[in-house]
Amino acid sequence: MSVDTSKVATSNRTDAATASKPSPAGSLASWADDRLGLATAMKKNLRKVFPDHWSFMLGEIALWSFVVLLLTGVFLTLWFDPSMGEVTYEGSYDQLRGIDMSSAMASALHISFDVRGGLLMRQMHHWAAMIFIASMMVHLLRVAFTGAYRKPRELNWVIGCILLLLGTLEGFTGYSLPDDLLSGTGIRAADGFLKATPVAGTYMSFLLFGGEFPGESIIPRLYIVHVLLIPGILLALIAAHMLLLVYHKHTQWPGPGRTEQNVVGYPMLPVYAAKAGGFFFMVFGVIALMGGLMSINPVWKFGPYDPTKVTAGSQPDWYMGWPDGLLRIMPSHMETVIFGYTISWNVLIPILLVPPLMLVILMLLPFVEGWITGDKRDHHLLQRPRNAPTRTAVMVALMTFYGLAWAAGGNDIIAIKLHASINQITYFMRGAIFLGPLLAFWITRRWCISLQRSDNEKLLHGYETGIITRSASGQYAERHLPINPTSAYTLTARDRDEIYAVEGDTDASGVAAPNSRSEKVRARLSSWMYQHNVQKPTRAELEEGHHHAEHEAELQSGLDHPADGHQFDDHRLRDTDEVPLRDH
Amino acid sequence: MSNDSHEHPVNAPDGTPAAGSGATAGSSSTTPATYDSHVPSHRESEPIADPGLPPHTWRPTDVDPKAEKRAERQIAGLFVAAMISAVLFVVAYFSLSVGDSWDTFAGMGASTVALGVTLGLSLLFIGIGIIHLARKLMADHEIIEMRHPAASPQEDRDATIQALNDGLDEAGIGRRPLVRNTMIGAVGILGLPAVVLLRDLAPGDKLDIGKLAHTIWEPGMRLVRDVVGTPILASEIEVGDLINAAPEALFPTEENGYPELHGAEKQVQKAKGAIIIVRMDPDDITAGKGREKWTADGIICYSKICTHVGCPISLYERTTHHVLCPCHQSTFDLADSAKVVFGPAARPLPQLPIEVDGEGYLVAQSDFTEPIGASYWEREKQ
Ligand code: HEM
Ligand code: FES
Repeated sequence: MSVDTSKVATSNRTDAATASKPSPAGSLASWADDRLGLATAMKKNLRKVFPDHWSFMLGEIALWSFVVLLLTGVFLTLWFDPSMGEVTYEGSYDQLRGIDMSSAMASALHISFDVRGGLLMRQMHHWAAMIFIASMMVHLLRVAFTGAYRKPRELNWVIGCILLLLGTLEGFTGYSLPDDLLSGTGIRAADGFLKATPVAGTYMSFLLFGGEFPGESIIPRLYIVHVLLIPGILLALIAAHMLLLVYHKHTQWPGPGRTEQNVVGYPMLPVYAAKAGGFFFMVFGVIALMGGLMSINPVWKFGPYDPTKVTAGSQPDWYMGWPDGLLRIMPSHMETVIFGYTISWNVLIPILLVPPLMLVILMLLPFVEGWITGDKRDHHLLQRPRNAPTRTAVMVALMTFYGLAWAAGGNDIIAIKLHASINQITYFMRGAIFLGPLLAFWITRRWCISLQRSDNEKLLHGYETGIITRSASGQYAERHLPINPTSAYTLTARDRDEIYAVEGDTDASGVAAPNSRSEKVRARLSSWMYQHNVQKPTRAELEEGHHHAEHEAELQSGLDHPADGHQFDDHRLRDTDEVPLRDH
Repeated sequence: MSNDSHEHPVNAPDGTPAAGSGATAGSSSTTPATYDSHVPSHRESEPIADPGLPPHTWRPTDVDPKAEKRAERQIAGLFVAAMISAVLFVVAYFSLSVGDSWDTFAGMGASTVALGVTLGLSLLFIGIGIIHLARKLMADHEIIEMRHPAASPQEDRDATIQALNDGLDEAGIGRRPLVRNTMIGAVGILGLPAVVLLRDLAPGDKLDIGKLAHTIWEPGMRLVRDVVGTPILASEIEVGDLINAAPEALFPTEENGYPELHGAEKQVQKAKGAIIIVRMDPDDITAGKGREKWTADGIICYSKICTHVGCPISLYERTTHHVLCPCHQSTFDLADSAKVVFGPAARPLPQLPIEVDGEGYLVAQSDFTEPIGASYWEREKQ
């Protein structure tokens, strides 16, 4: 597809590059293609189209912060010594000099106080880890709320969920490495979780720690998991994630000219590559500023790990907070002994059952939705969250669950801030964790549906101008004006929901159709999902609505010609320059 | 699932609906709604026809040479600023020291702050420069690409299935269950070596989980202060005091004759032997069954390790005799055998039986009578 570059910055050539005098880039490409034969694959991909929207940047933040993690992490490995052997600290930091600690802790202090730029890199590494995980989460929400996980992208959704899990584990192994008081406390809790695993738990703990806790194997083992095993898997999965993205092509928001069959946007070379590349530098730059200006994980203040000590308010990194919160709100005495074997429900439920269950639920969302709707089509146009009220409500319910569990993980801090008793807050959370998500579901769904209704209102009767007119008979009415055609089209560019119906319990020959039981469940779920949704108006309804509105405008304007009414506001101006709805 | 065989109305490359498309004004449903197609058409008559992509508009930098030159200068300026920042980074690296002046500026070393700011600005200038370049000077015409179903064409699928079946057929594995089953068995059994190989992660008797049931405490061992290691006279503890203490064996001297402990062994014993000692009015104590003689004149001693997942407990409230674990707020009543009064813990803190020796020092009567710390599967068996 050729682009009209007639006016583009005169420095750009407007004639086609000819083969007679190959450019340096061209001859390099020929050299490479003679050996690698990549031209066939590249001819389309170099100009691959990527649609533009701010929310598509969230995944990019995750990608670039991962690159920063690789770079800063490799720097740290040059000095970090993952050993639990005891040494006496003799470095620059006064307050700990002469104190016995593990080599791991001593080398973390060495990086912080005796390597120029070392503290910067440690802090950048830690900030990048937080940004990595946070941006993955927000990116996941974007994908879910817009329905981008629908066919054909379900598997990429599953890969994304695994990336989130691995990122979290990578973060945990990372902040366990310096062997300071906080990280040791976390490792001891992890040991408690392992021991609570039925049947093999005790042996798993002994094998992992090389004997009894804490031993001297755990840091070297976590180290190799942190710098090799998980980053390797992450790298492979991220590559797969990107390849699938390219294969499926990016989703786009509906709008004039943007359909299920095409993708509209900038070509990878040059605009998209430049924007993405520039964005990498910006993410890197912001992380460098954070690393230079904001202190994080000051291990020297916590001191070396001592299994008999603990700091008050000791908390894991924020992304580990929600299972910690579930752990905190478990009622007392949840332990049973069966045939002499101990089952610790108080750890089993909040750590070993619920978080994996949540992950499985998350991964299954597109499959469950696809099964209920019976929809086997490919979807490349995104949905506004309001146009899938049930899905949106399910996501908000899950977020509420997550948020409450996370808040419960800070119940001691909340208690201090609110001057409430920790017990009351815990009792409240025990109820809220069940009721909150239900309430959130109900509110969100109603909210979405009323937003759908107001969209239809806008389509049929125009928007509210805020201008009150008085009719000849003395009645007051607010003037409504039609919205511009672009916005109107965009509002209607969505599918009508179709409730799945069972085609009859028996087939033509009178034999009960196979699966008719599950089909009925499916039909019921489909109707639960869709029946309250507001569908877009039909053409006839729209024409009827417009006719009515025009008539009214004519009556109310008091002018002798049917006024479009824009004399009352600035919308005539606005309509001329293109304000597609997706930007609102 | 069939590949889509019927024709879809496809929009013209510029995004405008092609003639005959379902989206064309007025034409009512030409394609029945179907659930099997890969690329859904705009089904039925849309209420509003797709107006197509809006016309391209030129930017000031496309039409005004002055604006273009200005943008060029801005972008070059950003790149120059990036270079200056990078040079300043090098200057800061060599001129500022880290070491003991680690908290000169906002709680952080001047070096860290200067390096972070110069590096960050340099990167940001490059990033902003490139993005500015993309927005102002590179061609900004949106282009359109058509999508294709993710699935392969039906004939390719058929060919692949055929190849797969041919291959399986020629291998003949399906027809020879004996071969198939033994092969699966042989490969499956490789799991055993794989698992067994991990056995020496905890070599020899390091895997002896029976050790969880014992600590270093033994009859007559003195209770000592946890940092300095000095023995504790029963008479020096006041009612209301809480003392963090340790077994004397962790502080070997010539005098007490305990063997030196090193590295992992020392950490393990430290992790299991930690205790807290409190003294309260003897009348406040509800002694557990069989524990009437485990205290010495209102002095009572418990494991410091929380029975939830093993944090050292810390916060003591002397009026209620409650002690709180800072990790998940389990609360134990020290006057009543350290029963759980709140929080997720399931079991009381194990109590260490103590007495006063001839010189007036606190000593243990025995080891703990149950495993300390977090629960585990075999706990009750030991
Ligand atoms: C997704 C990727 C990663 C995440 C989320 C992550 C996270 C973390 C975190 C939170 C820390 C604690 C930093 C601190 O002390 O405050 C850490 C430490 C460390 N990480 Fe990573 N990391 C990642 C990848 C890597 C890679 C690829 C390497 C090296 C090849 C690496 C090497 C290290 C080293 C050596 C330390 C210990 C240094 C120290 O604590 O001072 N990390 N990591
Ligand atoms: S470890 Fe003490 S409450 Fe969890």
